[in-house]
Amino acid sequence: MNSKITLLLMIATIVAVIAPLNANAASMPDTPKGTINLNGAGATFPFPLIDLWRVDYNAAYPNVNLNYQSIGSGGGIKQHIEKTVNFAASDAPMTTSEAGLAPGTLHIPETIGAVTIVYNIPEVPAGGLKLTGQIISDIYQGRITNWQDPAIKNINPGVNLPDKGINVVHRSDGSGTTFVFTDYLSKADPNGWGKKIGFGKSVPWPIGLAGKGNEGVAAIVKSTKYSVGYVELAYAFQTKMSYTSVQNADKTAFLEPSIEGASQAAAGIVDKLPAADGDWSKVSIVNAPGPKSYPIASFSYLLVYNDLGKVTKNMEEAKAVIHMINWMVTKGQESSSGLLYAPIPSQVVSLDQKGLQMVKYNGQVIWTGDSADSMSSPATSSSPTSGSKIPDWIRNNAKWWAEGSISDDDYIKGLQYLVQQGILKI
Amino acid sequence: MANANLAIKKRRILSDKAFKIGATLAGSYVLVVVALMAFQLITQSAPIWEEEGLSFITKTDWNAVEGRESFGALPYILGTLATSAIAMAIGVPLSIAIAMFISDAPPKIGGPLGFLVELLAAIPSIIYGLWGLLVFRIYFKDWIETPLHNMFGDNVWLFSGNPFGLDIITASVVLAIMIIPTVSAVSREIMKAVPQQQREAAYMLGATKWEMFKLAVFPYSKTGLIGASILGLGRAVGETMAVTMLIGNATGIGAIPSSLFAPSQTMSSIIANEFVEASPASLHMPALIGIALILLLIAVVINVIAHVLVTKMLKIKEGAINN
Repeated sequence: MNSKITLLLMIATIVAVIAPLNANAASMPDTPKGTINLNGAGATFPFPLIDLWRVDYNAAYPNVNLNYQSIGSGGGIKQHIEKTVNFAASDAPMTTSEAGLAPGTLHIPETIGAVTIVYNIPEVPAGGLKLTGQIISDIYQGRITNWQDPAIKNINPGVNLPDKGINVVHRSDGSGTTFVFTDYLSKADPNGWGKKIGFGKSVPWPIGLAGKGNEGVAAIVKSTKYSVGYVELAYAFQTKMSYTSVQNADKTAFLEPSIEGASQAAAGIVDKLPAADGDWSKVSIVNAPGPKSYPIASFSYLLVYNDLGKVTKNMEEAKAVIHMINWMVTKGQESSSGLLYAPIPSQVVSLDQKGLQMVKYNGQVIWTGDSADSMSSPATSSSPTSGSKIPDWIRNNAKWWAEGSISDDDYIKGLQYLVQQGILKI
Repeated sequence: MANANLAIKKRRILSDKAFKIGATLAGSYVLVVVALMAFQLITQSAPIWEEEGLSFITKTDWNAVEGRESFGALPYILGTLATSAIAMAIGVPLSIAIAMFISDAPPKIGGPLGFLVELLAAIPSIIYGLWGLLVFRIYFKDWIETPLHNMFGDNVWLFSGNPFGLDIITASVVLAIMIIPTVSAVSREIMKAVPQQQREAAYMLGATKWEMFKLAVFPYSKTGLIGASILGLGRAVGETMAVTMLIGNATGIGAIPSSLFAPSQTMSSIIANEFVEASPASLHMPALIGIALILLLIAVVINVIAHVLVTKMLKIKEGAINN
């Protein structure tokens, strides 16, 4: 008798406090239920970030485990094509021929990377060198071979440039960093670099020494005087290498590499982006317009099928994929700058969410989002509205508990979750 | 009594059968793995053979840019052969000298020394690579490459080019260190297999130590030593990580070895460099797998030669003991 009254009281409490959750329910996917293991594979560049997300997300939703294998973008796309992972990650958009092998792929930009030009000139202090895209292109083609070249001198007045040959260093391995860098050179010098060499994850370099990985390039640059190379922004910052300022696309200023500059580059180009299911193969945010847009930046993408029935076992798993990716592009962005990844601008977040709302499971809609309100992250709640319905998982929880199929502990855990999230107020 | 015998007989038949099945499975496992590997390499590289034909082996282009794809394996085959040959030229005499010392030294010195040499084999190749890249290369460049270059300059093609320490010779020297444990351990065993009477007979004729080796040891262990060297060659041809970090990783025509101080690329290093990010939808992936197939074939040839030579050696050894 006593317990029945408690039950009624509890349900009454839940009904009373459910409203805020529901107001948000329109803008966030269903919370995953049951134990779910998700698999992702792909790019190494966003791995530290995705790994942090894995831990944070698992702390918030302990029933969902993510296993992300950073096997490289090429490997990720291969697994995506073979449908062996729930999602893949790639530093470059899929090429037209790759997209042909994986029809129905959505591109979800999840973070932004930037590339810095690093140098080792004992005479020039850190941050003292400016370069333009044209000059970098000429250096990497062997057309500018001396640090005292008039082109470099003209934009660096007062800098003590040595009369020394330039040692050019590039990556030996295929990499997203090379993709961004050569994409930039192709856009900044379309008639020279663009026509002669083009862009890709590995290109036929006309000159230069090659190092494997960021650490390989950094090792050569650090140990070779009068050298220039390119590494990922986070790597350059963490190892405190000297980097150059690069001229923006508007040609109005020289910008030091920064995560803000990389985010600005994405914001500067956002109205030209296709929908998630569109053709992304030509998308690039290098040389983006805007006075503060750092010109050597690029999106890193999550690749998701628009019908998750191909890669997930059931609706719950599909829901978890959508919920987790939505969490990554909203709440997860808060932790990106701590790891020196540029957060994606809010317009791109809403583009991503529109993409996630296109995803179906065997034809069934997974998340009917209300995109007008979709910017709010899952953790923030809005004001209560009346006449709301109880979300399914609370209904089920209460039902299962009443039927005795879940223990008191499990039910209490659900209630505690509501308390923690500030939905249930005591 | 009879019953017990029957039970033992039954158990023996059973254990014999289990042994037979187990051994057959273990034996066929190796064959199946190799066959599957060859099958995968052939099917996955088929597009590049269809596109380029046998000219894939002789072409020097390497361009993975979308829409401009063109691939040829020749520079990497040459790079592999050049680095392996130099590594052998340095590593094999050194290894045989080590083996001679150990086989003839008193056990108190020879034992620990042999152990130390074998310890070299236990160092992971990435450590050799990092050591080479961060430490060895810098000294090697300043103390050996630059003086050689200054002395002979661009007059001798072998020493032409700007020495950077990331080139064929640096990779080869580190490679030589890496093959020493393999070659010297096998050589030592082969020299120890030479009957003691042979050595004593040589000494009795008044031979010096060197003459003893020349008269009594080498004639009996020649083919075995060649076999040991070829085992080292197998290691040198397939070595990946250390070479990738030291060879400079040029691609295309620039990777054809032109001097000791020129960067190059081996078959295994280009696979390590580019496979991870190669697009599965373009010819880039099949080209890399095609190189893997060529590498496998070369490795098979090397191992077959080594096997034939070692078997020949074992026959000689038997003869030596019987006489």
